[in-house]
Amino acid sequence: MNIVLIFLISIFSVSLFFYGKSKTKTISIRDNIKLNALPKFYGYYLVLWCSIPSLVFLLVWSLFEPTIIKSIIIETAANQGAVFNDKNEANLIYEKIKAIHLGTYFGDIDSILKESALAYAKFINLFTNSKVVLIFGIIIASVVYSLKKIRNNNKARDDVEVILKGLLFASSLIAILTTLGIIFSLLFESIKFFSVINIFDYLFGTNWSPQRAFVRDASSITAAEYEELKDAFGFIPLIAGTSFIAFIAMLVAVPVGLFSGIYMAEYASIKVRRISKPIIEILAGIPTVVYGFFAALTVGPFFRQVGENLGLTVSSESALAAGLIMGIMIIPYISSLSDDVINSVPQSLRDGSYAVGATKSETIKQVVIPAALPGIIGSVLLAVSRAIGETMIVVMAAGLAANLTINPLESTTTITTQIVMILVGDQEFDSPKTQSAFALGLTLFIATLVLNYIAQRAVKKYREKYD
Amino acid sequence: MTKEERLKKRHQAEKRFRFYGLTSIFVALLFVVILVQNIFSKGSSAFKKTVITTEIFFDQELLEIQNGASQDEIMEADFYDVMIENLIKAYPAKDRDEEDELLKLFSGEAEIEIKKAFLKDNNLIGKTITLDLTASDDIDQLHKGNYPRDLPEERRRISNFQLIIYDYFVEKKKISKNFNNYFFTNGDSRDPEIAGIGGALVGSFYSILICLLLAFPIAVLASIYLEEFAPKNKITDFIEININNLAAVPSIVYGLLALQILLATIQLPRSTPLVAGITLALMTLPRIIIPCRASLKAVPPSIREGALAVGASKFQSVFHHVVPLALPGTLSGTIIGLAQALGETAPLILIGMVAFVVDIPSSPVDPSSSLPVQVYLWSESAERGFVEKTSATIMMLLTFLIVMNFVAVYLRQKFEKRWN
Repeated sequence: MNIVLIFLISIFSVSLFFYGKSKTKTISIRDNIKLNALPKFYGYYLVLWCSIPSLVFLLVWSLFEPTIIKSIIIETAANQGAVFNDKNEANLIYEKIKAIHLGTYFGDIDSILKESALAYAKFINLFTNSKVVLIFGIIIASVVYSLKKIRNNNKARDDVEVILKGLLFASSLIAILTTLGIIFSLLFESIKFFSVINIFDYLFGTNWSPQRAFVRDASSITAAEYEELKDAFGFIPLIAGTSFIAFIAMLVAVPVGLFSGIYMAEYASIKVRRISKPIIEILAGIPTVVYGFFAALTVGPFFRQVGENLGLTVSSESALAAGLIMGIMIIPYISSLSDDVINSVPQSLRDGSYAVGATKSETIKQVVIPAALPGIIGSVLLAVSRAIGETMIVVMAAGLAANLTINPLESTTTITTQIVMILVGDQEFDSPKTQSAFALGLTLFIATLVLNYIAQRAVKKYREKYD
Repeated sequence: MTKEERLKKRHQAEKRFRFYGLTSIFVALLFVVILVQNIFSKGSSAFKKTVITTEIFFDQELLEIQNGASQDEIMEADFYDVMIENLIKAYPAKDRDEEDELLKLFSGEAEIEIKKAFLKDNNLIGKTITLDLTASDDIDQLHKGNYPRDLPEERRRISNFQLIIYDYFVEKKKISKNFNNYFFTNGDSRDPEIAGIGGALVGSFYSILICLLLAFPIAVLASIYLEEFAPKNKITDFIEININNLAAVPSIVYGLLALQILLATIQLPRSTPLVAGITLALMTLPRIIIPCRASLKAVPPSIREGALAVGASKFQSVFHHVVPLALPGTLSGTIIGLAQALGETAPLILIGMVAFVVDIPSSPVDPSSSLPVQVYLWSESAERGFVEKTSATIMMLLTFLIVMNFVAVYLRQKFEKRWN
């Protein structure tokens, strides 16, 4: 239906373009007046007025129609006498009604379902009809308005440009809308979660076992059940595991990345730099699922084998394997950024140091690096935020159980792993288990936001210093 | 310590420092090599499949169809008995158990392969042909040398008797390796020997296409606004801060956004390339806007001023002169953004693309998988045959990424004007 409507709108717009173009031409010849714009701009003017309001309306309508119909249908089903205890059952009944309407339901159909399906068909019809009527109303109104405008010989080019400028502005607003969408979708479920689980129990609890909350409606939890659930959502093991793996990753990435950055900026010839820099940056372009596969199938078993030979028990999903591979993934983030930062240290500082007899490495260690330190710290912080938000490596190579451990040979879990584990497969909405994933997402979002803010401030301040 | 000794020490320190730097670069490069070598050595064998050359006799009594049967009749006909009758003749088995073990050397797809041969030529009743039938996963891996045969029998998936048959096949030159067309044309399967990335390829293609159609126009329009028209005020600053932050938000958060807004609120169909494309577009948008703005910024003001001087409006100067000049940079930024989107896994897992989908999606609203998600799915499987399939999928994925990056670099170098 929507495709037909869009097709009609575009045909209508195209014909209006030619109409507007020739109409204004004839008006100008007939009445012998000078047009305020080229004829084609009158065509564009009509096209914009015909298409934008109707398409925007269609989009908004399509976004809200399913939710509205759903709530109406569930209500009618309840009035018909359908019994459901929570949202999941209501959803199930709604899906059944929809399937009956589409003729794809093969179970038993009782009178309640039948009546509701009829009501559903009625509402769908009503909604579709009113959608079509409203769209044509909008098109007619806007076309009448714009035709009146062009008859009065408006400044069509200026008017078209104003509309297009609005369109440009609207596109740039998508960024704000995305941010708002992220914040609201995370907050919405997190607030529900924190209305069941006390936020302090979450932040300071030391036990994470969300599977205990399996299939349980958040709104109907008894006090006894709550006591049991209270300590199932402790955040401490997750943040500990996440920081631990990120720490191991930094132990690999910071020295290797920093030294490569220094070498490329200070020592390497142009030729070496031109070859080695893109090759190192390949590491940043490889999809993380590839690293995960490598960590899980090659590095993990290798470490276990080595550990066995040394008489150590190494888990095949050790924090060490995940952290090491993550560190390698992060090397180019640090090396490229610190290369840039070191390059922008003014040459006069180095010359001064050479003039008093320092060797190159002494200059780097005692002059260049201290001067570039804020920028380097910024790049490391960016890398840390990348590490804690990284998902696939830890999902595939780190463990699933939340152990509070500082032994890199044991398995440990992270925030992102838990989000994936909770949300993969069938989820029941309104269970504290599902909601906890959004609370974790919110925590992750805030943590990366803060890290990025500090890092960007540090880099910016540093840049300003030498500009 | 004398002066000379001190100087020597300082020079040694200098050499050491240089050595550390060189070693670091070497370590990073070494890792690229190890990773690529590891994937290629594991994955290259997946492009071949092991086949067993078998003689097939089409018995009319078993098939119950005539020569020249129509397509529908052949599709209806039961080729199972024909398959069993012929396959057990491949090796002189003594009893029922041995016959069962013999049959297990062939893929479950053998029946369909025989049927396909008959579909191609419907005059085969009463005749005998030789067919290359796909071997089972275990034989496939054994023949490719990925399976150790010196393990004790109880720890092997292949019995001693099956090894004897295998050696007999090898001796008679009945077993060989063919090009693995299943890998490219089939969807996912529980049997590694017939599992393919066809569905994932199509799913990835649709997702990236939708991502491109949404992200490219919006990103270009937004960067034109911010670079050329935006007034210096709080709203513009706010938009810029938002874009920079969004570029650094972990991808899994976009998965949560899609789950809550696209699936729960707008009720788009789960596991589909449509939802994947929209999610990837939201994620890629800031990553495209940043290079787009850079390439618009690189166009010198003299171009704009020249256009304005001959009476063009601000809009005409931007759209007729600045945008075409900035287009190569814009396009290459977009391609690099899309390449990142192609490898993205975490948000797609959250929107349900991990579902087991056998059929190849025929439209963007069919459930489907995608290349990186297929890598994740197969890497979780226990069968040995999936290891090479996973590595081969990664090889395909990396090939696409390399091609896309080369196109981006080429576009930039070939068409971008240098303003000096």
